[in-house]
Amino acid sequence: MTVLAVEGLRVTFPVRGSLLRRARFTAVDDAAFTVGENEIVAVVGESGSGKTTLARCVVGLRRPDAGAMTFEGAPLPARRPPELKRAIQMVFQDPRSSLNPRMKVGAIIEEAWLTHPSVAPPGPRADTVEAALAGVGLDGEAADRYPAQLSGGQCQRVSLARALALSPRLLVCDEAVSALDVSVQSQVLRLLVELRETRRLSMLFISHDLGVVHQIADRVVVMRAGRIVEQGPAGTVFADPRHEYTRALLDAALELNDIGMT
Amino acid sequence: MNDLLRITGLSVDLPGQGGPVRVIDEVSFDVPAGVTVGLIGETGSGKTMIAMSVIGLLPEGAAVGGSISFAGTDLVTCGPERLRALRGHEISMIFQDPMASLNPTQRIGRQVGEVLRRSGVPRAEVRDRVVEMLDRVGVPDPARRARDYPHEFSGGLRQRAMIAMAMIAHPSLVLADEPTTALDVTVQARVLGLLRKLQVEEGAAMLLVSHDLRVMSHVAQDLVVLYAGRVAERGSAASVLGRPAHPYTRALVRSVPAVRTRTAIADPLPGTAAVPARRPSGCAFHPRCPLATGRCRSEIPRPREVAPGRWSACHEAEKVLS
Repeated sequence: MTVLAVEGLRVTFPVRGSLLRRARFTAVDDAAFTVGENEIVAVVGESGSGKTTLARCVVGLRRPDAGAMTFEGAPLPARRPPELKRAIQMVFQDPRSSLNPRMKVGAIIEEAWLTHPSVAPPGPRADTVEAALAGVGLDGEAADRYPAQLSGGQCQRVSLARALALSPRLLVCDEAVSALDVSVQSQVLRLLVELRETRRLSMLFISHDLGVVHQIADRVVVMRAGRIVEQGPAGTVFADPRHEYTRALLDAALELNDIGMT
Repeated sequence: MNDLLRITGLSVDLPGQGGPVRVIDEVSFDVPAGVTVGLIGETGSGKTMIAMSVIGLLPEGAAVGGSISFAGTDLVTCGPERLRALRGHEISMIFQDPMASLNPTQRIGRQVGEVLRRSGVPRAEVRDRVVEMLDRVGVPDPARRARDYPHEFSGGLRQRAMIAMAMIAHPSLVLADEPTTALDVTVQARVLGLLRKLQVEEGAAMLLVSHDLRVMSHVAQDLVVLYAGRVAERGSAASVLGRPAHPYTRALVRSVPAVRTRTAIADPLPGTAAVPARRPSGCAFHPRCPLATGRCRSEIPRPREVAPGRWSACHEAEKVLS
């Protein structure tokens, strides 16, 4: 089943300081792709390729200028009802700036349920919060901490726990592991892959790290300057890239094992 | 010995809430002339702090122990005057974020030439050398672009300008702190190539600070792996990455995914990286280490030579190597 289908998506921004007031910059141009149930689709590209703008449209943080998006077969309206907002959750790159520094971790998780009472689990709050934290490998003690008292990796788990507390069906991860140290990165990647199995989650995984993408993606979408230049099964895109830009990206990416250059 | 920079028993204490925190603990390593040494470590490992100790830009209240010998001068005791004379001339630095380290209100050319102008080089010569340097780092149309402001440069060009600034006075040591981390991959490869080329042409030594093992494997000849402010191991880059002598390095190497082949997600280390403020007893890595014994919990392992040129701060280094 197709969870998300995007067609002809176009997003423009006004260009500041242009003589012609109407000049607009096209951040995403005619993007079309799908995310199937239980599938991890990665969007790769360099800065300015439009991958984050694309993600923001999918979660409803930005209205596209044109194009259609359907979620589980039904069109996604411009104004999303709470139920749809809940079903599509996002995890951002910088875990610290996406958590309210004045709220304890427990309150951050609870707040999600106050906003969407339909998915609030029954039982005492302390227990349900602890269970939500345990689901991402965090100690119940973390509930009593402020984000500033946690490491970057722990904060990213809290962001993930908050998103998962709402039982989303599509999780959008925007560079969700990029800011993490490598030894912590594999913990979070493991967790994402496990969650895909246990919760039948679908994921849109935005990343510039081709190595990470190769490890977890089922399909890959390659973006350049707002356009999708290539997409296909991860194995095919990596082994037999069709577009010259995909080849350039792969050529430029460093490997660890080819040591002994000069 | 042709060691340009020799760091011996370096310790740095920073004031913390519950008293001083030893952010760098007994770190020793050498940087031979013309060689690139990589300092690798995760958040809180102290890698940037070591670079800051060398260039004399530690935060206020820092207490430094041990010695940093640079071409015969001890940088710990030489005093601010001497340090200022060395900075920019003999020792220069490239920072991660060029936008934050370039002055947005000054033209690129002026900033690149500042160190020359301050040492009394005539204006016309400064201008010529700036244009020549910008040309060497690959800034197109350098005479014209020297008159641009930093915001008119792309991220990659800004980093090239930073490199020009660091290299213009022909330093014998360049400190580079995550010089390509903020760049896109295609730009990163070109900037790394440029750094390497310039370093060879100039015969400068480089202390490269990074968390990126892939970058390190391409640029560094020697590696120093740091964990919680201490040296975990050091040796030639090929041997450290190819055959680690510390369980932490081994875990790091395994956790780097390949790009062109599909690799399984590495078995993650348990827990998070230790930070100096809450450094575990004995070996700081022991709570995450699969080989930890009772000795690791109580006795701090100091680096010892486990093979020629290989130093490991692991009680069980022989087991890791075998």
